Parts: sequence; structure tokens; C-alpha cells
Amino acid sequence: MPLDLFTVGEPIADTKAPADVPLPERWNERKFRARLVNPANRRKLSVIVVGTGLAGGSAAATLGEAGYRVKSFWFQDSPRRAHSVAAQGGINAAKNYRNDGDSVHRLFYDTVKGGDFRSRESNSYRLAEVSANIIDQAVAQGVPFAREYGGLLDNRSFGGAQVSRTFYARGQTGQQLLYGAYQALERQIGLGNVETFPRTEMLDLIIVDGRARGIVARDLITGEISSHFADAVVLASGGYGNVFYLSTNAKGSNATAIWRAHKRGAYFANPCYTQIHPTCIPVAGDYQSKLTLMSESLRNDGRVWVPKERGDSRDPRQIPEDERDYFLERKYPAFGNLVPRDIASRQAKNVCDEGRGVGPNGLGVYLDFTDAMQRLGRPAIEAKYGNLFDMYAQITGEDPYETGMRIYPAVHYTMGGLWVDYDLQSNIPGMFVIGEANFSDQGANRLGASALMQGLADGYFVLPNTLANYLADGPFEKVDATHPAAVEAQQAIKDQTAKLLSINGTRTVASFHRELGKLMWDLCGMDRSEESLRKALDRIPELKQEFWTNVKVSGEQGTFNQNLEHAGRVADFIELAELMCVDALHRNESCGGHFRAESQTPEGEALRDDENYAYVAAWEYTPDGAPPVLHREALEYEYIHLAQRSYK
Amino acid sequence: MNLTLKVWRQVNPTVKGKMVTYHVTDVSPDMSFLEMLDVLNEQLILDNDDPIAFDHDCREGICGSCGLMINGIAHGPQQTTTCQLHMRSFSDGDVIDIEPWRSGGFPVVKDLVVDRSSFDRIIAVGGYISAPTGTAPEAHSVPVPKQDSDAAFDAATCIDCGACVAACPNGSSMLFTAAKVAHLGLMPQGQPERDTRVLKMVAQQDAENFGGCTNIGECSAVCPKGISMETISRLNHDLLGALRAGAVPAS
Repeated sequence: MPLDLFTVGEPIADTKAPADVPLPERWNERKFRARLVNPANRRKLSVIVVGTGLAGGSAAATLGEAGYRVKSFWFQDSPRRAHSVAAQGGINAAKNYRNDGDSVHRLFYDTVKGGDFRSRESNSYRLAEVSANIIDQAVAQGVPFAREYGGLLDNRSFGGAQVSRTFYARGQTGQQLLYGAYQALERQIGLGNVETFPRTEMLDLIIVDGRARGIVARDLITGEISSHFADAVVLASGGYGNVFYLSTNAKGSNATAIWRAHKRGAYFANPCYTQIHPTCIPVAGDYQSKLTLMSESLRNDGRVWVPKERGDSRDPRQIPEDERDYFLERKYPAFGNLVPRDIASRQAKNVCDEGRGVGPNGLGVYLDFTDAMQRLGRPAIEAKYGNLFDMYAQITGEDPYETGMRIYPAVHYTMGGLWVDYDLQSNIPGMFVIGEANFSDQGANRLGASALMQGLADGYFVLPNTLANYLADGPFEKVDATHPAAVEAQQAIKDQTAKLLSINGTRTVASFHRELGKLMWDLCGMDRSEESLRKALDRIPELKQEFWTNVKVSGEQGTFNQNLEHAGRVADFIELAELMCVDALHRNESCGGHFRAESQTPEGEALRDDENYAYVAAWEYTPDGAPPVLHREALEYEYIHLAQRSYK
Repeated sequence: MNLTLKVWRQVNPTVKGKMVTYHVTDVSPDMSFLEMLDVLNEQLILDNDDPIAFDHDCREGICGSCGLMINGIAHGPQQTTTCQLHMRSFSDGDVIDIEPWRSGGFPVVKDLVVDRSSFDRIIAVGGYISAPTGTAPEAHSVPVPKQDSDAAFDAATCIDCGACVAACPNGSSMLFTAAKVAHLGLMPQGQPERDTRVLKMVAQQDAENFGGCTNIGECSAVCPKGISMETISRLNHDLLGALRAGAVPAS
């Protein structure tokens, strides 16, 4: 790897997990060793929480209940709009209610294996360990999970697992879990324990004496830019899938909070690990603004196939059974349609590349429910998936009960994110990162129904313990908007905003975003090669240069200005895209969602290189266009034997 | 197809707004309604005009951000969210009126964007079950009859979009409040706070400038999640029960 792309810094030696005790005891041991803050002192300590999804909402509520003074920020009009609301399929928990051999250890093992052996054992184990508490907590809040006739909770199976450990609320599990956290948060707001900043977007991090002490934020209604301070800052701002423009993320989902924190010194870990979800509604036209997921749970009853012959454009109902290729069942007899997402996506791409794709542009495969409809009857399918079938019909104008669905992979989730230690603290003291915004638990690929689990594990059960350990040193010296660090940060944001508004070029923000997205999908998408990544790294700086000289942003600073919001976010996406490509190029192996064309088995599966790449790549930002600095955190496996992943 | 749009433009809450006419051409029937507005907005930006502000986020019908009055109907001609309305529901040459939600409880922020924080305040006074983190018993310790759980789920699908208020001739938020009262009141976990919950939430919605409910039913007819009028019966049942039990109204 040529050194002009990056330099290598000190490795990361310690992640603070108590490695001196056996894996199953580590979380309890960490909690025991952590210092506590007595209830009377908590009122003197304040915490900023950015974002109100499953991670941020549950954290803000729990910290408020504990007695800290919480300041909660979100950019939507209500905290209940955070994109966790759109998660469909379910949440995993090692309850073993099905008596099918599940356990904390098995969920831990499935998570590490599903992540293609690129996550930390200690973190993944803790996630599996607290998963059962999440279900208890959600049920106590009144989350209406699906139930059996006996009144007990129902489960289903999900990709990458052979047990049924997924709890669900029809196809709206994220919505119901988020409302549970939201209601708990609103209760704390009503009680005066949480101060709210709706429609307010974090634009910078304020660091004082080496500690994260506040944020600069823009009031999206008035345009006012102001500083906010606390004893600690928690980022729960979600993932960065919208780098690709078209993704299943909400339109507003953005990387600005984590990217600006990165530019202030926070390491960004494994940015190239992006998840392409296999079951999304295919792109219909140039005007397309986002992609819609069809829950992975559909693969429990749906069978994925394409015609055996290239260019077979018959109505799927006219294609007889022996002329269909159920390619996942054929290639992976043990897991069949339930292989992990990265594998299902790549196989769908492969059959489309062979010219066997279906639909108007040949970029689609069938997800067929004929067998399930015959076996279970239409009412059972309606009860399980009704809202998904309705959504499909609404968007495509086709009736999936009749025709089945056409699906194609789309960007869905980002496993990379800000680097955090076992305490979920970044390398900047006092800045914690939770949920999809951090990188910590999912490795190179996330299993279905594990995002909700991680968001709520972090917010309800992990952060409140580890944050107390940090706050035990507080309260810290009082700072306000006159502090030089705050003045500097605020002025930089004001200057950047003024600059965006003054360029007055000839291209819209959206046109840059679309171009960036297409470039990333083509060159740093489902498979990446040295050639494609080098091409991307040539093109992105040109795009950045053109953006800053030719973008046209309408309106003014001191008003409600959605175009200005978008401009700031796209500016950050462009910079992040570059780091993603550097990371993807440097990682000369395939693992999980990161598939390098140069590194595959004879069967075309991802081929890891454990000797050289069994580490977390944590990138340090360097200003003035200097190459980023790579800090390696070695991944050590004591309890799991590293193996070539097999789902056959 | 080619369409004529008449769109409510209002710079901010203090300046009087007006309807402004725009023409859009080459609209594909597969476009969503919001994508059609995206295309118009890009053109407005290039023409040095101010793009039309509207709320939106997930664009898959679940976050509840979007919501427009389209030809006088909340979310337009299909019973779905505005983001899930597609242009195949319209015909070449149509004239489409586009306005923000109209209600005293939802003041206009800009153009088609309104302030729905009143809904959050209704939840904050009682739309929850008090279960601080860590206090929960084992999930299977209390079985919930499936029919109750399913009915609770139906009510809990409310996405807080506000179409019910916009459609109601009285500007009442009853369907929204009732959905939460019904959801929590149908589950055993929700029983201890059932009386106080309904009293506080009803008092708060009265304080937020929403009108009274006279069981007209426009709310349920436009609700993208099909929340039924039965939830309002449940709210009235719970309210009466709470008052008869001697609970003191919150206001």
C-alpha cells in the first residue's frame, strides 16, 4: 500500500474490557470496578445526548431516571421520528423460549461468526448477555410484541441463525420499541429531568482541556447557531448509509455529528464496513429519492429465485418449477434462504450480472410466496406480513399476493462508526458514542434483528453504567460560550455556513449527492477492487472541489432553510466517502459486507486474511488534506475459533 | 403527465401566506408525491426561487413526518401517508391544491411545515407506563391474551402524523390521544396508571388549543394506519370510569 494514502500511528493497546476475568464475567466485573455517583450528586452533573433513536432515546430516558440533568437534541420535529422507527423485522434476545438450544453463548457465537470474525469478543458477549433484559424492559413499558394464543411471546427465525430468537411486533418492531423508549423519554421530559432541543442539529464538538464539554448546534427553525455545555457528550446520531444517496435510511439521516467529532480528533473505525440488504424494492427511475426495505423476515416464508435461462422475460407465474433457479437453496442447503445478508446480497448481484435478473432493468430477483400461501393460507401470510405486502403494492402498483415480489439489494446499515472502547467512550475523554453511530459490536456484517438489540443495549444498560464511571470525576470546571474553544468552534460553523450560501454556483446540492452516491455504489459498493477504489479516490477530491466552488444553496442563514441543512450534510458525506475508500483499499481482504474482488474463495465467497487483517482500523483525521493516520486495534479470539464462514 | 400545483407559501409564522401556482411537466406515474415536489424544488433553486419547505424523513410511511392537505384531503386521495402516495393516483392536466395541516394546535412554521409539538406534550403528561430501566420483571411473568395484545398493537400503530386533527372539522386531537389511551389501557402493565393517564392526557389536549370531539369520524377515514373510532369509545369509557371512581380531573 503506497504511503501517500495514509500513515500508520500507534496501535491501540487497551480497550478497557477486564480481560483478566473469563468472558462471561467481564461485564459484571466492569460494572463492579466502575465508580458510582451517589444520587444526590447526579443532579449536579449534566449530559448532552444527540439523537433520540433507540440508543439516544433509551439513554436520555435512563439517565434522566437516574437523576442526571439531560439535554436531548434531535433534528426532526419530534423525538419519535428517529429512523429506528422504520426497523421492521425484529429484535434478537437469548431467551431460549423455543427450547431450541439457544443461549447467551450461542447468540454471542452467531454474532461474531455473522460479523465474519471482525468484532470484539468482549463486546459481542455483553450484547448477547443483556439482550434478555431488553425484552423484559420493553414488555414492562407496554410494547405490544406478537403473542401466542396462550398469552406468551411469539418468536421467529432470522437470517444467519438456526434458532428462533427474534421477537417482533408485526413488521413494525422498530416503531413499537422506539415508542417505548420515546414514552419513557417524554415521561422524563414531563418530570423536568430532560431539557429538549427539537429541530436542532449538532454541527461541532467543543473540547475543553482535552475533554468533550459541549456542542455547537443550529436551531433549524430560526437558523440561530449556539453553544451548549455539559459534563459529558453522548452521540447517538445513527449511521452514514446516505453517503450512497440511495439507501433505506431516512432522507434526513446523516453523518454530520460523527464526522465533525472525527474532525475534532475522534477516531473513525472500519468506515468501509457497510451492509447491503438483500431484500429491497428495486430502483424505478432517475427521480428516485430513497429505497424501501422489505423485511428480512420475509425470507422465512419467501423463496428467492431467478429463471434458469438468461433474458427470460415471461410473467413469473408462467415459468414452470423446473425452469427456476432457487439459487440460495441450491448453494447453501443448510441455511437456504436464511443465509446472512451479505451473502444473500452478493448472490443476487451475481445472478443479475449473469443476465438472469428480472424486472424492467434486469436488476431484481423474485421473492416468491406461492409455497407459503399454499401451506399456511393467505390469512396467515396477511397476519404475519400484511403491512409489508401493502407497502410493496403501494410503491410498485403490483399485487404481491398474486405476483410475489421483485427485490434487489440496497444500502441499509453501516457497521463502521466512531471508535469506542468497552465503555463506549471514544478516544476523546467525555465523548461517548452509542448505537449505529459507533462501530463496536457487529464486526464486518450485522445479523438481522441485531441493530435494535444493540441500540437498546447501549442506551438502557451499558452506557448508564460506564458513563457514571466517567462522571464520578465531575462536575468539571464550568464553561460557557465565552470560552475560547466555544468561540472558535462557533465562528468556524458560522464561516462555513456563510461560505456555503455565498458560492451561488450552477449545481444543486441534490445533484452532488446523487453523483456521490452513484460513484460510491459503483466503485465502493457490493464489491470493491483496487482498480475501482483508486478510481473513486481520483474522482472524490474533484467532486469535493466542484462542490465548494459550484454548489448553489438557496435562501439565508437566519431562517428555516432545508436546502442549507442538506448542503452541510452532503459536504460531510463527500469527505467521509473518501475515508471509506481509503479504508476499503487498505483492507486487502474480504470480510462480511466488505468484499474485495481480489480476495475470494474458489466458490466466490469472501476470503479473509486473518494473519494480516484481524484488527480494527481506527482512523485519525489530519487537517489540511494530509493523509489520515491508521491506528490498529488487534482482535484477539480466546473463546471462538476463527474459521472460514460456512452456511452450506 | 403535466400538472398544475397550487401551493401554500408562507415565509414564517408571522407573515401572511398565500397560494402560489406552479407547473410541473413530465411527471412519471411511478414517482411518489414527495419526489414530484423534490423535482419542482430543484428547479426552483436553479431559478433563484425559494424551494417549498415540507416535512419528510423516512419516506416509507412510518415516521409520521410528512403530511399535506391535498385537494382538501389529509394525505390526499389514498388512505396512506403523503410519502406513500404515488402520482399514478393523478391524471394528466390535474390541478392539485397543496396546503399544510390546518389547526390551531399546529401553528405553521414555514410553507407546508407545521409545529406538532403539542402531540409530544400530550404524551409527556401521561402517555406512558412508568417502568424505569432495570425495574422490569421477567417478560413471561404476565401473559397477555392475544386478542388484547393484538388490539393494543392496532392502536399503537399511530404514527403521530396529525392527519386526524387536520381532517376534523373541530380540529380535535381525540383520535391521537385515544390511540395511546387504548394501547396502554388494553394491557395488564397499563392498569395501575389507567385512570390518571386518561385524565391527564385529556386535560393536556384541551390546553393545547385542540377542539372537542363530536364523533364525526373524518379522523379515522384519513388515518394512514386505520386507527378505528372504537379507540375513542375506549377513551370515553376510561374517562367516565376514572371520574366515577372518584379520580380528580387534572385541570
